Amino acid sequence: MTTATLAHSVVEPSGKSKGIAGTIIVIYAVLSMIPLVWIFLTAFKSPPDSIAYPPKVIFSPTMDGACNLFNTISRQTPEYIASLPPPTSICDKVARARNMVVAGPSNFIPRFVNSLVIAFGSTALSVLLGVMAAYAFSRFRVPGKDDLLFFILSTRMMPPIAVAIPVYLMYRWLGLSDTRLGMILLYTAVNVSLSVWLLKGFIDEIPREYEEAALVDGYTRLQAFRKVVLPQAATGIVATAIFCLIFAWNEYAFAVLLTSGQAQTTPPFIPFIIGEGGQDWPAVAAATALFLVPILVFTVLLRKNLLRGITFGAVRK
Amino acid sequence: MSENTVPLTIVEHAVRATPEAVARRVRGLSDRAIAWLFISPTILLLLAINIFPLAWTIRLSFTNFRANRPNAKILGLGIANYVSVLTDPDVWAAMQSTAHFLFWTILLQTLIGFSLAWLVDRRFRGHGFWTTVILVPMMLSPAVVGNFWTFLYQPQIGLWNYAVQFLTGVPAASFSMIGSVKLAPWAIVVVDTWMWTPYVMLICLAGLRSIPGYIYEAAEVDRASRWRQFWTITLPMALPFIMLAVLFRGIENFKMFDMVNLLTNGGPGSTTEVASITLKREAFEKWRTGYSSAFAIILFVTVFGLANIYVKALNRVKSR
Repeated sequence: MTTATLAHSVVEPSGKSKGIAGTIIVIYAVLSMIPLVWIFLTAFKSPPDSIAYPPKVIFSPTMDGACNLFNTISRQTPEYIASLPPPTSICDKVARARNMVVAGPSNFIPRFVNSLVIAFGSTALSVLLGVMAAYAFSRFRVPGKDDLLFFILSTRMMPPIAVAIPVYLMYRWLGLSDTRLGMILLYTAVNVSLSVWLLKGFIDEIPREYEEAALVDGYTRLQAFRKVVLPQAATGIVATAIFCLIFAWNEYAFAVLLTSGQAQTTPPFIPFIIGEGGQDWPAVAAATALFLVPILVFTVLLRKNLLRGITFGAVRK
Repeated sequence: MSENTVPLTIVEHAVRATPEAVARRVRGLSDRAIAWLFISPTILLLLAINIFPLAWTIRLSFTNFRANRPNAKILGLGIANYVSVLTDPDVWAAMQSTAHFLFWTILLQTLIGFSLAWLVDRRFRGHGFWTTVILVPMMLSPAVVGNFWTFLYQPQIGLWNYAVQFLTGVPAASFSMIGSVKLAPWAIVVVDTWMWTPYVMLICLAGLRSIPGYIYEAAEVDRASRWRQFWTITLPMALPFIMLAVLFRGIENFKMFDMVNLLTNGGPGSTTEVASITLKREAFEKWRTGYSSAFAIILFVTVFGLANIYVKALNRVKSR
């Protein structure tokens, strides 16, 4: 950043051009946020409000979306509802106001848990493999290094559907179809390329002198790796882990083709949240909002390393 | 980390127990051993989950195998599958949809992304915060967001149609972005552009910031106009970065599946059926495994060629 500030110091843009640029950028940012804001607003609307025309910006917030998301509900006759004991939860109350009763928990929580387990599992594995390979590529003379690195990167370029056909057959054969382990291994294989490339960049930046001093002091290579390199690379490891986490969290193509129940993650589940007569938009919006919040947090945490992450570590700063 | 500690301590003990002269040799040797020890798990995983399946796909692409009939007799067909993929009008229609999608998304994203980067580079007050805001869409799940856009595109009640009516007077109920043959290809272009323009912006911004200030100073001394400075300094020097962004978006959008699958599922008819959607239909709906394997290999070779160029571009940017 410091060089960037210096770079234009002499030809600093005028106050007027800064003002115009700022205005356009703010307008673009606000416009591009509208779909997201709409997701969060819809999550708190009642079903009739969510499909009102003209679209409602001001409405009285309800828990309908969240209740329909976490529960399966069914329609009952008013007589039957009147015969029930008084409602015990907010969702009971919300459902009964619409002549519905809560029949039980929905599949959303198991799917969300699958997303968490698979995302964190594959992230841990890809960062572990990545940091080892990255260290070796960064510090040792490996024959055919460039070819190996290209090979590793090229695996990420494969179209997921093209890979899915044989993986589907292979997993069926190995008994890994629709299992969390299968998905963790698959996402690790996709993420390890990013992990190796990013971490190699971070480790390249750690001066070799630190390790050499440690080796002179009688550390073995492995000790130097563990006690000198790993702590120095901590920021890079965290940034890499967040990138892997985001990919695994967001992934859809493999999930929709290779999982159906047991190991299904949230993205293929959300489109099938249906209410009476089509998609239950407040519930879909509530699920989408819950699903997106972690990503929003991570984006803010990552903002300094975003550029690095999306270019496989090639562009720094 | 815990998997690491056990072999680590064994190695440590071994090193401590060996006499100095041997230890030096072991240490010298062990660098190489460590290198392979550290790299091989990654390579093995990729061989198992990427290369082995790829080899399997290649083998299947020469047969009439169908995954839903595992016990049927498998016949070798030679290159017949490849011939039928390349002569299939449906495949060419899919390629045309992909080309339309690629051309317009890349054009719009590059133009808007570069302009935004150029504006952000004015460094007005609060540019850091607003840049982060702009970047948010590209971090989101294309599938989940694509699904929500079907709501924004609803003809009667959707926010998009309402906005169009508000701005142009065209009645909101009179058109359907997803349902109409004419508009659906644009519906996916709009969502992709919304999501990925920030990506192009971010890379272009890095390009603009990599231009050293003294070049502009020299241009000022020579009294070159701002317009001339833009065409002779800014654009050429940022070009490798723009190319990098274009290539990466090209590869990603050539493979596009998730957002389109949920937004239009290739419809109406097959107007937005991009290559990956056709492949999904052939492989997982019609179960023509041999045929779709051949199609997958053709797509893969194309992407692999693009990836090759991409890595060259990466290295060129890196040397800056």
